[in-house]
Amino acid sequence: MRAVIAEDSVLLRVGLVKVLEAVGFEVVAAVGDAEALLAAVEEHRPQVVVTDVRMPPGFTDEGVRAALLIRRQWPEVAVLLLSQYVEERYAADLLASNTSGVGYLLKERVANVDDFVDALQRVAAGGTALDPEVVSQLLVRRHRDPLERLTPRERDVLKLMAQGHSNTAIAESLVVSDSAVAKHISSIFTKLELPTADATHRRVLAVLRYLGEG
Amino acid sequence: MIRTTSRLRERLRQGAAHPSLAWVREAGEQYRTAPSPRPPVPWSRAAAHEGLLVAAGAPFVLPLLFLLTTDQFWLSCTALMVLFTGRLSRAQRSRFRALGGLAIPELPPAAPPGTPWPRRLLAWCTAESSYRQLGYHLVVGPLLTLLGAAALLGCGAGVLLSTVIGWGWMMPRGTAVRGGGQTPSVLIFTLIGAALLFAAPWLLVRIARIDRRAARALLGPSRARELQQRVADLAESRAGVVDAADAERRRIERDLHDGAQQRLVSLAMNLGLARKTLKDVSPEAMQVIVDAHEEAQAAIAELRDLVRGLHPVVLEDRGLDAALSGIAARAPLPVRLDVRLERRMASTVEAVAYFVVSEALANVAKHAQASRVDLSVSQLGPTLRIVITDDGIGGADPTRGTGLVGLRKRAASVDGTLTISSPLGGPTVITVELPCELS
Repeated sequence: MRAVIAEDSVLLRVGLVKVLEAVGFEVVAAVGDAEALLAAVEEHRPQVVVTDVRMPPGFTDEGVRAALLIRRQWPEVAVLLLSQYVEERYAADLLASNTSGVGYLLKERVANVDDFVDALQRVAAGGTALDPEVVSQLLVRRHRDPLERLTPRERDVLKLMAQGHSNTAIAESLVVSDSAVAKHISSIFTKLELPTADATHRRVLAVLRYLGEG
Repeated sequence: MIRTTSRLRERLRQGAAHPSLAWVREAGEQYRTAPSPRPPVPWSRAAAHEGLLVAAGAPFVLPLLFLLTTDQFWLSCTALMVLFTGRLSRAQRSRFRALGGLAIPELPPAAPPGTPWPRRLLAWCTAESSYRQLGYHLVVGPLLTLLGAAALLGCGAGVLLSTVIGWGWMMPRGTAVRGGGQTPSVLIFTLIGAALLFAAPWLLVRIARIDRRAARALLGPSRARELQQRVADLAESRAGVVDAADAERRRIERDLHDGAQQRLVSLAMNLGLARKTLKDVSPEAMQVIVDAHEEAQAAIAELRDLVRGLHPVVLEDRGLDAALSGIAARAPLPVRLDVRLERRMASTVEAVAYFVVSEALANVAKHAQASRVDLSVSQLGPTLRIVITDDGIGGADPTRGTGLVGLRKRAASVDGTLTISSPLGGPTVITVELPCELS
């Protein structure tokens, strides 16, 4: 798998390159700002891009804008955003058009190499990876009543689902059976009046759409 | 008042540059607050200075004499008075500054410069400060100067009469001083002279004292105006202090993020990589690596919490709305958040709002035994309104130090208010109102 890395801190850039190469990615370019990132993506057409949100020159949301551009122009390139803090709107923007092959993680998650690599591989394979904090921040927003009707267990399932985990992974982390998870999910969809869909990313999109409506 | 006076005297005793003038200079410095200090003793150098101050007032009687003695130029004299009041006041202020050690603040002009003269005249006639100045120039000043002149003459007469014993014999017999031997007139005159020597300077320093007070009251800005100005200055400087503290917190946060945090993440990454890739190390060595990795991650989490307590970056970059969802999500109990903000507000206000919410939620978690919190933030014109409602046990007392006092102070630092309604049994509602912009 070919990857492009964009991160302005040299220290972290070097670290990311090492981590990606250690788990079998081929890092074709490692750059320090959004412009160079777009140029590198155009030149190399990698399968996956890992980019920081704040980059020169403005140190605001250059990475997000570049990511949206990449998703529009080269939909086959998966993008994983790393952010110093959680801004759920970035996640919502990123997921608005298409939820396959996108991820949004807190930057410090790279410290936990296993989780980070897991998320990266999920994104590169066309799945979704959302930081748990993004999901819990989306859940605190005041929304219409249906969410109030979810049981605590159903809320846990919804959170994990929104992070992009499969039914099996959800079952593992909640220590219940696969069929129980499926039951919870169909109950959630019924309560939230969402069309039942089988593909993971469509579920994520549906959940986020719903939560994002505020 | 007494304390101030004794403090002044204490400082005097320690010796200022010019002891004779020190106390008046003090009086000038203490212009806004202190009562005038006790006048000096009649035979001191300070009293002589006071005589000088009073004597220098003599030329200022001329306008009044001019007005009193003219009989056909009333109108033009009045016009001249209007024209020259400001200049007279300036001259008087300089007299007090030079000889009385008293700095009387300038008066703001009645009308801004460049105003056409009819309007300027109207403004002058309606300004209370004009009449205060006229009162000093036409009544108080001349009266005190005349009294002062009498006292000065008294000083001269005192010197003359107290020495009569020395030169009385040169007078021809039968004059008042050498009264033919029937009356001990020489003795009487000497006594009168000695009394004058004491009384005249005593009167002089008191006149000077009254003059100072009068000038202070009539030639300077009015007390109310001055207090207004002072409040405005204080508000401005406080806003500056609050802003500076906030900017400092932001700077520290940036430095931490760009330095220590990046290094820690990089360190943890390398350790994690070692943990993942090193296959041929002994179990003990691996355990060390694993421990170090966990430790580094814990340090990252701690540092992150510390930075969030300083001034979270999300607040600066994305504003209050984005920052609040973070606090709400991390709260140890379920929080429902409802934010309706049309625009960003002053960064200091955002910071205060952020910390108030953060502290209030921590408070609820600690004391209220609540199962849920509702947090609503909205903008009502120039006011930011934060309402925090919990379904806990109530009975929160804003006067007892459970963090509520600190919250109130925090809100007050930007002229905000905090009200609490917390009946026993709940629910507790904390309402915070902050101005969106610092004035």
